Amino acid sequence: MKISVNGLHKAFESRIRLGIMSALAVNEKFDFNSLKEFLEVTDGNLASHLKALEKEKFIDVEKSFVGRKPNTTYFMTEAGKKAFDDHLNALEILINSRNRNKN
Amino acid sequence: MKEDRDPIRDITDIRSMMERSTKFLSLSGWAGVLAGIYALSGAFIAYRFLGFEPGEYIYDPLYTDGGTFNLMHIVFVALVVLVLAVITAVFFSYKKAGKRGEKLWNATSRRLLANMAVPLVSGGVLVLIFISKGFIGFMAPLTLIFYGLALYNAGRFTFEAVKYLGLIQICLGLLASCFVEYGLLFWSLGFGVAHIVYGIYIYYRFEK
Repeated sequence: MKISVNGLHKAFESRIRLGIMSALAVNEKFDFNSLKEFLEVTDGNLASHLKALEKEKFIDVEKSFVGRKPNTTYFMTEAGKKAFDDHLNALEILINSRNRNKN
Repeated sequence: MKEDRDPIRDITDIRSMMERSTKFLSLSGWAGVLAGIYALSGAFIAYRFLGFEPGEYIYDPLYTDGGTFNLMHIVFVALVVLVLAVITAVFFSYKKAGKRGEKLWNATSRRLLANMAVPLVSGGVLVLIFISKGFIGFMAPLTLIFYGLALYNAGRFTFEAVKYLGLIQICLGLLASCFVEYGLLFWSLGFGVAHIVYGIYIYYRFEK
């Protein structure tokens, strides 16, 4: 596992990957084009980030056809859910400790 | 290593993405206010100029002397109100979405419409069947109830206030089916007054 000192997962260092995970955390699934719209990124950029998350087994792909057009939908795996929750907890701890240092 | 990352900004980004990807927030308060005004005008025209005053559940032109209205005129006015309200809603949402850097036709608006469509279409078809059978008294109660169900459903995919607007419409619809002679009044309260109050609330709460 690639986890940095403060417990933040490396996979979530990119804003786009964090965005993908946030969207998939609250939605059952999303197709490629909808994700692209929400994140405002290019096809290639989004595809490479999705590949990275897929490699970590945080998300999974479902391929189907709408008429003749191939349609790819993405959803979050159990491992992804857990990693995302851990990441949120780590962020919380980080924010709390910062606030303590300030006081 | 990116040690200078701000965790608070991360949390803000996550929250905003979660909200943007689940809720369609480009509904405009102004559209609500205008829809209410169209509904009130329509109800006024139906009552004042077309003599629409159904006091019974069943209207039979041969035996009921309560009204001398032409049903086709009433249906026409209702359709004009509906079309105007939809055009206004789409237009204002289009403008608001543009301002927010969103598209009008996206995953959330599609989901919102799909969830409204099921109760709306079933209610609409039922009302048409009832009209064709002469159950004119059920027009106001049924349009209110099914519209309320559609809004209640939609509330999960846009402002939560829409859910409460739906509950109000359902209550008014049920009351209207008890007091059928006040059907038009309840209809005006639901489609007119409630829309205007909701629109003003949305405007002051989220747009000003």
